[in-house]
Amino acid sequence: MESTATPAIRTLEEIRKDFPLLEREMNGQPLAFLDSAASSQKPNAVIQKIARYYEQEHANVHRGVYQISQEATTAFEEARELARELINAPSAEEVIFVRGTTEGINLVASSYSRKFIQQGDAVLITAMEHHSNIVPWQMACEAQGAELRVAPINDAGELLLEELYAMLDDKVKMVALTHVSNSMGTINPVKSIISRAHTLGIPVLVDGAQAIPHMKVDVQELDADFYTFSGHKMFGPTGVGILYGKREWLDAMPPYHGGGEMIKTVTFEKTTYNELPHKFEAGTPDIAGVIGLGEAIRYMNSIGHGRIQEHEHNLLAYATEALSQIEGLRIIGTAQDKASVVSFIVDGVHPYDLGALLDKQGIAVRTGHHCTQPLMDRFGIPGTVRASLAFYNNQTDIDRLVAGVKRALNMLR
Amino acid sequence: MEINQIQDEIIDEFGFFGDWMEKYEYIIDLGKSLPLIEEQYKDESHLIKGCQSQVWLHAAEMDGKVQFTADSDAVITKGIIALLIRVLSGQKPKDISHADLYFIEKIGLKEHLSPTRSNGLVSMVKQMKMYGLALQAKP
Repeated sequence: MESTATPAIRTLEEIRKDFPLLEREMNGQPLAFLDSAASSQKPNAVIQKIARYYEQEHANVHRGVYQISQEATTAFEEARELARELINAPSAEEVIFVRGTTEGINLVASSYSRKFIQQGDAVLITAMEHHSNIVPWQMACEAQGAELRVAPINDAGELLLEELYAMLDDKVKMVALTHVSNSMGTINPVKSIISRAHTLGIPVLVDGAQAIPHMKVDVQELDADFYTFSGHKMFGPTGVGILYGKREWLDAMPPYHGGGEMIKTVTFEKTTYNELPHKFEAGTPDIAGVIGLGEAIRYMNSIGHGRIQEHEHNLLAYATEALSQIEGLRIIGTAQDKASVVSFIVDGVHPYDLGALLDKQGIAVRTGHHCTQPLMDRFGIPGTVRASLAFYNNQTDIDRLVAGVKRALNMLR
Repeated sequence: MEINQIQDEIIDEFGFFGDWMEKYEYIIDLGKSLPLIEEQYKDESHLIKGCQSQVWLHAAEMDGKVQFTADSDAVITKGIIALLIRVLSGQKPKDISHADLYFIEKIGLKEHLSPTRSNGLVSMVKQMKMYGLALQAKP
């Protein structure tokens, strides 16, 4: 038989089978995993890549002259190149491996603020930020004697752009905002905001943790000064993530952590620092994590961003429509532009109770404030039930969620 | 009745439930019928903050025994509180501080008392035992 030139496109049901965890049961029920915004599941390709690395390819990177160390270094740097390509960064030196989005933001907040934020300056964030994009800036502002400004949102969970723009002045030395809200799914118009901030010479950091798993991101098109995301939310391992920064900023910023790898020469009097990206990568990195992350990027590329986005968009619409039919259910976050998250509350029902009864039915959702307490306060609610989607979810997952919520409400009301 | 007798009684009662739904329906009913904490104690100083749900706890000593009242904003949490109060309220401070609350695991509600649930219940049990300890020390 002749082999065809291009492999047949796998159906999403076939792709779902790449994720072994999705086959397991929870509380004796088939699993409907709807908590990918907290952390996504891992495909076999990633799991096997990490196992193979430890079995056959492990040695420290950037150190040894022997073959295995050099192979590990090559694999490590290949992953950096894959990450560069994923976000279309101009160069691999601007792609820093960090532990995750939280560390990426902490790195910038700490290092940038020491050099560029003085007493009386300000940092602008938004009302929908994750605690990870609030607390590091609070700490930096406190240390430097700067002010933290918070741009407001409307009842749909969208940024009030005119208010945000009015808060930009020459005191503001950084704008830090999320690309996609983890609690509501709102997609922020980061490109417009960046362009506006740049007219005043203000750099912008984008928290991309919830964007990267769902959409194609091009940091050059956005003109983002910093863009950071986590591996574990994009089908890669935990404990590894990416911080992209424009070279002009990264060169000007002091190192974050000191140690091995980030130095050029060390004497007790004076240390000179290594070039990018190593300047910001002190100590032995999470090599297995980085290589696993590289494999996750390859895997996502093999499915295609367009296909991921289209499937999730349809599924989100389906879920929103079906949940809206439930009496007393209110969706929190009804922005025009949304990605992969449907957050809701039900009149007179605590999210914890709903979450506990969904758990019993094999349905994994997140309940609580989703690390966005100020946002929950804004809506005057203790938290929400959040169902978040990935491309491996299907209509059955949504049907089970809807039936599960109805059953739980029958018990609770 | 002593703490362990009450625990065994609860374990027996839960043995009759056929499935998780019956069990949870019972807990929800308990939660709905829990005599509430007096409004004056539902303040910041009696609040045990969980990530997921919140618990208010008040303790008072009467004739060498501790009386607990409590409340929560989540009804399942409240139902479990009702069980904890049934076991620990009206007991001697020393017995409370030494209590081994094995019934929770036996009736299959261990997950609600896991620190990762962060619903305030773990801290509440700790607080109840602290009251027991503190009241023992009283002359």
